[in-house]
Amino acid sequence: MGKWQTKLLYSMENQSNGHTDVRQLLSGKESAALGRRMFMRYLGVTAAAGVALSACQNEIVDPTATARNAREGFRTIDFGDVGNNDVTVLNYAYALEQLEAAFYTQVIATPYSGITDMERRILTDIRDHEIVHRELFKAALGSAAIPGLTPDFSSINFSSRAAVLGAARLFENIGVSAYNGAGQYIMSADYLTLAGKIVSVEARHASIISTLIEPQSRSFAGDDVIFPSTGLEEIRVPVEVLALVTPYIKETLNGMNVRRRA
Amino acid sequence: MNLQNILNEIEKVDADMYERLDHVTRRHVFQGWLKKALVGTAPVAFSAVLNKAYAQNNVVAEVLNFALTLEYLEAEFYNKSLASGIIPAMARPYYEQIAKHENAHVDVLKGALGSAAVMKPNFDFTAKGTFADVFSNVQTNYAVAQAFEDTGVRAYKGQAARLLVSPEVLTVALQIHSVEARHAARIRYLRGEKGWITLANGAPQGVYTGDEAQIQAGVDLVQLTGLPATVVSEAFDEPLSRESVLGIVTPFLA
Repeated sequence: MGKWQTKLLYSMENQSNGHTDVRQLLSGKESAALGRRMFMRYLGVTAAAGVALSACQNEIVDPTATARNAREGFRTIDFGDVGNNDVTVLNYAYALEQLEAAFYTQVIATPYSGITDMERRILTDIRDHEIVHRELFKAALGSAAIPGLTPDFSSINFSSRAAVLGAARLFENIGVSAYNGAGQYIMSADYLTLAGKIVSVEARHASIISTLIEPQSRSFAGDDVIFPSTGLEEIRVPVEVLALVTPYIKETLNGMNVRRRA
Repeated sequence: MNLQNILNEIEKVDADMYERLDHVTRRHVFQGWLKKALVGTAPVAFSAVLNKAYAQNNVVAEVLNFALTLEYLEAEFYNKSLASGIIPAMARPYYEQIAKHENAHVDVLKGALGSAAVMKPNFDFTAKGTFADVFSNVQTNYAVAQAFEDTGVRAYKGQAARLLVSPEVLTVALQIHSVEARHAARIRYLRGEKGWITLANGAPQGVYTGDEAQIQAGVDLVQLTGLPATVVSEAFDEPLSRESVLGIVTPFLA
């Protein structure tokens, strides 16, 4: 696994665990973390484009290496060049919705101890929304759809409220940033609008889940996911998103190439 | 690892990388710059990107001015609500956070449009008396906040396709759009509502008209999934046309 991936995961964790206020942002530490994040973002993009990083030869990341995170016995799913045509973007969204739907299905099947009626209602709603999203993409893609993914939630303790809601927040935040980052790759106005119809619901989920975790806080739209100076939500390109979700999916996901249409 | 070499390699791929990376790394190196970067430079960097993009296209400027008008409305609403003294301590963190974002959105859009930016209109938040106690009754205030946020979500969505000509501007619009959705869900939850919109339920009715859709991309999702129409409708926020949005907003213009 490339070092940059580890760092991406690490910084994601930092972001999703707590919330950073402006004072923290003003400290050097936070700024360094942000710089590192941005830098890793570019490193990821570069590696994805297949540029040999001659400057750090002992740390070369080969984006085509299928062994990267492969689990024995599970296939590699190749999205191709995400952004090259709308099918790749829809499959990318389909993969994320599969992950979310599987996660909430498990949450409701084995509810954490002490779950309240209200929490169960909210999480059931979200499960159903994600199933609707998943089924829509599956139907729209038809024979072009990627296969069903096999989730790996072994790292999540489903009996713990904190673990479940923390994972939910992570998945929702990833989802929103993924849709926001992928919008620019969509060619068709209809699919762009469709993605827009979904991303705002994911953002609503993120807001409510964060509220369950930290009631009466600013975390529903916290400074960890919304840049405080611009009020703009974080975006992620496919290569970053796939690295973040890889630990939760048994198949290997390849969709490393990122095209900028701009 | 030689940083400079890496940056050179990256630059070959992404020519404007320096411009982007720069404003982050310099922050790190020069502590004195930091505050300035956060309060001033970052919006300027966005506006530099946006200026280039919108200059190529009048449609983009039109969309941005439409968005700016909505952001003016929201920003002034939250500023006045906070100043009114009716927002209880429990809800102030939400209002403050939302106000911060709406004011930042105004700055980003104004910066992008430069001299093409529309002026802020004068607002009447009572909507000609419909919400007469908007700044004295907190429940009315929450209701208006929800209407503005849910309208904002649908309004940005309705304009997204017009921004296909400018991927950078589209991305910024999407980055605002999801923030409005987060706000909307929080305000709804504050009011004891679900964070998502069921069918076309809500007031004023115009904000929610058409949100009950159950067919997406030609697929009837009630039929496909066997889930109830309520759930299917919640899973999607429908766009609103510019005309519908103006219809909702016009009563709030003084």
